Amino acid sequence: MSINLTLLCVMGALYACGIYLLLERSLTRVLLGLMMMANATNLLLLTTGGYAGLAPLYDKSRAAGDYNDPLPQALILTSIVISFAVTSFMLGIIYRTWVLGRRDEIQIDLEDRKVARTPSFDAEDDAEIPLETSEFPLLPRDVPDNGETIKAGSGRMAVRDAVLEEKPGSKNVTPGPDGGLK
Amino acid sequence: MITVLALHFVVAAVAPVLFRRFGRSAFYGLALVPAGAFIWLLFQHPAVYPGEQPGRLQEVIPWIPGLQLELAFRMDALAWVMSLLVLGVGALVLVYCARYFHKDDADLGGFGAQLLAFAGAMFGLVTADDLLLMFIFWELTTVLSYLLIGYARTRLSARRSALQALIVTTAGGLAMLVGLIMLGFTAGTYRISDILEKAPALVAGPAAGTVAAAVVLILVGAITKSALVPFHFWLPGAMAAPTPVSAYLHAAAMVKAGIYIVARLAPGFAETAFWLPLVLGLGLATMLVGGYRALRQTDIKLILAYGTVSQLGFLTMVVGLGTPDAALAGLAMLLAHGLFKATLFLVVGIIDHQAGTRDIAKLSGVFGSARALGIVAGIGAASMAGMPLLAGFVAKESVLEAFLHHLESDPGTPWPLIVLAGIVLGSVLTFAYSARFMWGAFATKPGVERTPFKPITPSFLAAPAILSALTLVYGVWPVAVDAWIQPYAALFTDGNDAGVSVAEAGHLALWHGLTPALGLTVLTFVLGGAMYFGRNWVSWMQERVPGWVDGDRAYQLTIGALDDVAVWVTGRTQRGSLYFYLAVILSVAVALPLSAMLLAGKPLPGGLYFIDPNSPLQLVIAVAIVIGAVAAVRANKRFLAVLMVSVTGYGIALMFALQGAPDLALTQMLVETIILVAFVLGMRSLPAELRDRTGGKYRLVRVIIGVAFGVTMIFVAIYAMGARVAAPVSLQFPELAYDGGGGLNIVNVTLVDIRVWDTFGEIAVLALAATGVASLIFIKGRGDRVRPARSQGAWEHSGAAVDASSRAGAALGLSRKFASATRDAWIVAGHTLAPERRSIIFEVVTRLLFHSMIVFSLYLLFAGHNLPGGGFAGGLVAGLALTIRYLAGGRFELREATPISAGKLLGAGLATAAASGVVPLLLGAEVFQTAILQFWLPVFGDVKFVTSTLFDIGVYTVVVGLVLDVLRSLGAEIDENVEANARQDGRIMLDETDSDEELTVHAQTPTGGGS
Repeated sequence: MSINLTLLCVMGALYACGIYLLLERSLTRVLLGLMMMANATNLLLLTTGGYAGLAPLYDKSRAAGDYNDPLPQALILTSIVISFAVTSFMLGIIYRTWVLGRRDEIQIDLEDRKVARTPSFDAEDDAEIPLETSEFPLLPRDVPDNGETIKAGSGRMAVRDAVLEEKPGSKNVTPGPDGGLK
Repeated sequence: MITVLALHFVVAAVAPVLFRRFGRSAFYGLALVPAGAFIWLLFQHPAVYPGEQPGRLQEVIPWIPGLQLELAFRMDALAWVMSLLVLGVGALVLVYCARYFHKDDADLGGFGAQLLAFAGAMFGLVTADDLLLMFIFWELTTVLSYLLIGYARTRLSARRSALQALIVTTAGGLAMLVGLIMLGFTAGTYRISDILEKAPALVAGPAAGTVAAAVVLILVGAITKSALVPFHFWLPGAMAAPTPVSAYLHAAAMVKAGIYIVARLAPGFAETAFWLPLVLGLGLATMLVGGYRALRQTDIKLILAYGTVSQLGFLTMVVGLGTPDAALAGLAMLLAHGLFKATLFLVVGIIDHQAGTRDIAKLSGVFGSARALGIVAGIGAASMAGMPLLAGFVAKESVLEAFLHHLESDPGTPWPLIVLAGIVLGSVLTFAYSARFMWGAFATKPGVERTPFKPITPSFLAAPAILSALTLVYGVWPVAVDAWIQPYAALFTDGNDAGVSVAEAGHLALWHGLTPALGLTVLTFVLGGAMYFGRNWVSWMQERVPGWVDGDRAYQLTIGALDDVAVWVTGRTQRGSLYFYLAVILSVAVALPLSAMLLAGKPLPGGLYFIDPNSPLQLVIAVAIVIGAVAAVRANKRFLAVLMVSVTGYGIALMFALQGAPDLALTQMLVETIILVAFVLGMRSLPAELRDRTGGKYRLVRVIIGVAFGVTMIFVAIYAMGARVAAPVSLQFPELAYDGGGGLNIVNVTLVDIRVWDTFGEIAVLALAATGVASLIFIKGRGDRVRPARSQGAWEHSGAAVDASSRAGAALGLSRKFASATRDAWIVAGHTLAPERRSIIFEVVTRLLFHSMIVFSLYLLFAGHNLPGGGFAGGLVAGLALTIRYLAGGRFELREATPISAGKLLGAGLATAAASGVVPLLLGAEVFQTAILQFWLPVFGDVKFVTSTLFDIGVYTVVVGLVLDVLRSLGAEIDENVEANARQDGRIMLDETDSDEELTVHAQTPTGGGS
């Protein structure tokens, strides 16, 4: 097996520079790092083809081993064009980030930070609920509509509606993460 | 059986439609399904019980033979008895639902469907003869029970207890799945009947340990499902379900699934090591805990719930004991319990429905208002307490009988005696809470206002009344039930029951004579009655006893702790910093292979060389590439960095050329060029400076990770390539390409023929990426609608005053003169570009070049099969031609140049490529098979056409579409945004300064709202 150290060293250098850029905050540099890593990977594939050889254009008089290996070449060709597509896509992302935030940086993901501060109390799991001793609490028709309201959650609702709320399949409440009223 | 099963699910699927049409009466229609199945079941009796021989019904349909998974169903005595209960109670509960719910209740359709599907799943569970199939039904009941408990989804209590039941039972279900697979794997079959036949060999064989462990895991599933200690808490919680659901799932059907598993396995596996301790220990504990807690409840539904917990423990013990008479007693008890507990739950539902409460403290004088209901409930409760003439008495007698026998089996140890004493104590508690239930629900209590109670319609009362009538029939005439169960009991040929053979095993009877069992029953009644009459004293005692470990509380703490751990772990690992994540990932990627290589300590493979004898020039280019890379890292101007990366890219193109890869070199050159343009277009809005914002302390870390990664990759590559032993598969490619693919260019034939699937996937990715770019820039859609340049305002001649005395002003004036030329050239820049942005020379060169490039691209496409080129290179050249035209003529020129939108190009390309794969299939060949056509054409002469060229045309079109999308998005659309912004800025400035001078300064931006 023949291993071309020159190509491998170039590959290593490209990987090193690519990773260095990839670990940046600047999106542009991250993209450049990715491009360099793609190039490095193409070189790695090329190296697997062994010694430089003839261009793989078929000639009856030649032995198969005389050509440079066509298989890695086909893989690299695919890789080159895919890298182009991905680079364009990343450019689109960079442009959009710039338009939206006027920043060309990878931001700290605040949602992730929020998760770390999530309190262990969760109303759905931990709130005290009163003991219910009937599935058939008062029906709306049993409650006179005298305009009374009660406090419910963050708002107020009519007593008549509050009765409905406890009915199965009630329409006046959309169960949400905070069990919100409509 | 499969038909019955399918009918349940099919009707369940259309149930919502029925409910929309018929309202709540549709429950009657649904009830017909299990009722019909019940009648069918009765007709199967001769097939299941043919004379002396234990018979069976069997249906098998192969499902996934590779996994030994089959739809195997088998109806034997156990399945038949269970099906009776499941289908019968199911039908009655559905009938009951039709009056339980109000006409205006929401979501009845979904509810009815779930309840009917549940009946089907339960039937499938008890008749399945394949371990995995049974597990599927098992989980189906779990999921449906989640939905049914959570019916009142606006109630927090319903949601929470539904989730709790789901978590507990699926956790057990998972353990069970592992156990089932272990058992099936050890036995070599998943067919339950086969496994039970092999059971004696398995239990005694070399894999006895595995089998014992598997059985324990399966029991864990049964324990969670049947709400045994320590998982009993979910059952009282599940009382948040509508009462019919409780009656069906939590009394008659689902919780019996665990008992069913125990009963199913007991004939074969009751002798494994951990069976009896688990079944008897947990069963007894559950029976006592449930009975004790039932006495503390003030909600009559909860009294029943804890009573059920207690009875489930009881049933597990009896069914699991593994002797013939215990098996008989167990199934008898199971039937009796299903009958009376379903009755009582349905009664509770009626009371709740009519009185609006289930609270003992509020209910008073109900018996006076509803005597019939009281009698029905009385029969149920008396059966639960074990009163004579009723089912409960018959069953409990035989249970006591069985455990008295058990006493004789093992005289040396105190355990059988303890178990028997426990059962008696549990029965005393049962008697006490049965009485408490009747008193709480119906009695007139001093000092409590008489509860208003609406009259009950007969149709509402029908279901519980039928059930209690059956309780009575069963109690008076137990012979039928006895005959149903005997074949199952006969399976226990040699139980550990001190030599009691099948023939001697007991029979169910109302009167056995004056036996010790009868004595124990009398004792139970006396003590239970005492507890009931001394109830004030009992509750006083219970209040003195400190609250012991509460299963529900433990569950809450466990879930809470899990939440905390999850948040802690997430907070420590998900820090929101991409740098951190990448650093961790890359460090692992370095450390793992490096340590593997160091530990293996293998010498470097041979064949290493620095200078390739065939192309020594590589060394020079290598140096150039490395310099470019380092410069790109150090560059602090955006475009400089991009240029330096391009240097490495072009360098690699040269490497390709030197290595003997002209196709790669060509493609790489083209791609590098287009990327450069795309960068310039996409980044022109961004500031030129590229600050190193991640500097400081992290820089060294980055250098270390980067260099380490590069070095690791070098060594990984060396070792990987040194490890190659086989001849490369590609040595056959030249022959394949020429003979099979009909082309000389091996790489191209590889792409469009030998590895065509690969390429097909790739162009799909290209289309996706192109759409992604367009979506990111256009936001609303792909922006494929073509707007003709001239109809658009484009560049409006502002006619703003020009300072003719200056040199620039004079030039501008001159170019404006040319811009107004009326002659219609094909580059429309004259109409659409600001004169000061035009470059006449570039326009002229473009006019010369464009068509030549397009022709050249087509040449590359068609010649690519034999010479360097192909669809990729051709498409890129065409794209480059479009790029030049865009740069020369602006965005309107680009629209003029492409009458077909990018989206259509991408679609057409993919379609062409796909067609080249499908058409051979239609012609009887294989997918993507190539045909070589030779024919004569005028002018061209003899033509050799290879059909894979069609695929290449698809590739070409997709690549053109991709480049066009990039130009339209990063070029044209950003142009438009920039101009729109500039217009806005211009207007603001106009407003601010209101001066004519501003116009001259901004002359190059169109003024006056050109859109």
